[in-house]
Amino acid sequence: MTQNTTNIDPDAVPLIPRGVRLHDDNVRGKMVLLAPERVIDLDPIGLAIVQQIDGHKSMTTIIGHLATLYDAPAVQIADDVQAYISGLLDRRILELSA
Amino acid sequence: MNVPAPIAMLAELTYRCPLSCPYCSNPVEMAAREQELPTQDWVRVFEQAAKLGVLQLHLSGGEPASRRDLVDLVAAARGAGLYTNLITSAIGLTQRRLAELDAAGLDHVQLSLQGTDADMADRIGGYKGGFKRKMQAAEWIVEAGFPLTLNAVVHRQNLHQLPQAIEMAVALQARRIEVAIVQFHGWAMLNRSAMMPTREQAQEASRVVAEARARLKGQLVIDYVPADYHGDYPKRCMGGWGLSGLNVTPDGLVLPCHAAQTIPTLSFDNVKEKSLSDIWYDGAAFNAYRGEDWMQEPCKSCDRRKLDFGGCRCQAMAIAGDPAATDPTCIKSPLHGKIQELALDFSTDDAAELVYRKSP
Repeated sequence: MTQNTTNIDPDAVPLIPRGVRLHDDNVRGKMVLLAPERVIDLDPIGLAIVQQIDGHKSMTTIIGHLATLYDAPAVQIADDVQAYISGLLDRRILELSA
Repeated sequence: MNVPAPIAMLAELTYRCPLSCPYCSNPVEMAAREQELPTQDWVRVFEQAAKLGVLQLHLSGGEPASRRDLVDLVAAARGAGLYTNLITSAIGLTQRRLAELDAAGLDHVQLSLQGTDADMADRIGGYKGGFKRKMQAAEWIVEAGFPLTLNAVVHRQNLHQLPQAIEMAVALQARRIEVAIVQFHGWAMLNRSAMMPTREQAQEASRVVAEARARLKGQLVIDYVPADYHGDYPKRCMGGWGLSGLNVTPDGLVLPCHAAQTIPTLSFDNVKEKSLSDIWYDGAAFNAYRGEDWMQEPCKSCDRRKLDFGGCRCQAMAIAGDPAATDPTCIKSPLHGKIQELALDFSTDDAAELVYRKSP
């Protein structure tokens, strides 16, 4: 999650589009995102980020919530959250609301 | 070995199809309609699949819309917790049926593309008027809100249309396009001389895909299956034999891949007689080429064996006559020269005519 990616507008609102679903894979004991021809394994951090995405919260709000949750400075986690979400945007797993 | 649970299942609901694409992956000998599994058998199989660990269900055929119970099957699959993907030519999908599929919980639609204009698409699909109906259905699919993938099988006769196919995916607001250079199994084996791309075409396709991937990043996802006979290393077939996916035929046979019936030494279990779990973990066909014990040299001591598992077993059967041989696509195979020669001979046979698939 350290690679340099294009920055997302702090006011942008990410959403989980139709055709992508959070799924409890109880056979393998993990949470996944199911998408067209893709299964995205979510580690605890990935899951925490995805669970913040509700189609209403902006990037700034999401980063703020996660900072509180993990008791870490927002500036410190912002890059990781940006990189994670932008990686999923590139793969059309997430979208930004219009 | 520690056998992982399967992630994906291809359910071939029927071999019936209004199209007759000459590269169809169905076997040349197909089970008739009377032998198709009834609704309740498929429902049981979907429930067993979900319990086994399958996450993705691909509803295919033939043309799955030829099944009158398609909506019920989708509802049952979603009910079992499976991600449901409909792989279709769109012939037989009306606006009303799409609304019913929507209500039943269908997750995703994958639409086949035989060409980017009616002349090409109707000739390759062997169905006059099919392209027009497909384009209409594509609009309905997007209007209904389904995420759409275009699935373009490309070969010597239509590879020049690849850039248009990618533009068409963008214009239709598809999220993905799968560009597959024809793989020679099933009916395509009868059409190697009519469909084998030239080496130059294969290279051009890779260039077009690489350029489009960079240009359309974040807009269109492009999955690409390169030309097999022109490659230097084999494909990672099925993500490894019996490691990630399984295929159920219209009459209930469970196969490690859709072409596995071309290996005459294998026998297959049927969902009418055994549970999917028994078949996956203990079935003879699934264990035949699992892991590495079956490998011969040069695979056995090769560093790439964990990457590509020795390539495609069905291709080893088809070209080397031995399903445990190294896939002849590999430069380390003693038959690599032969497959290159075949590729050259087939790709320069300009007199070859298409052999169309026949429905059972």
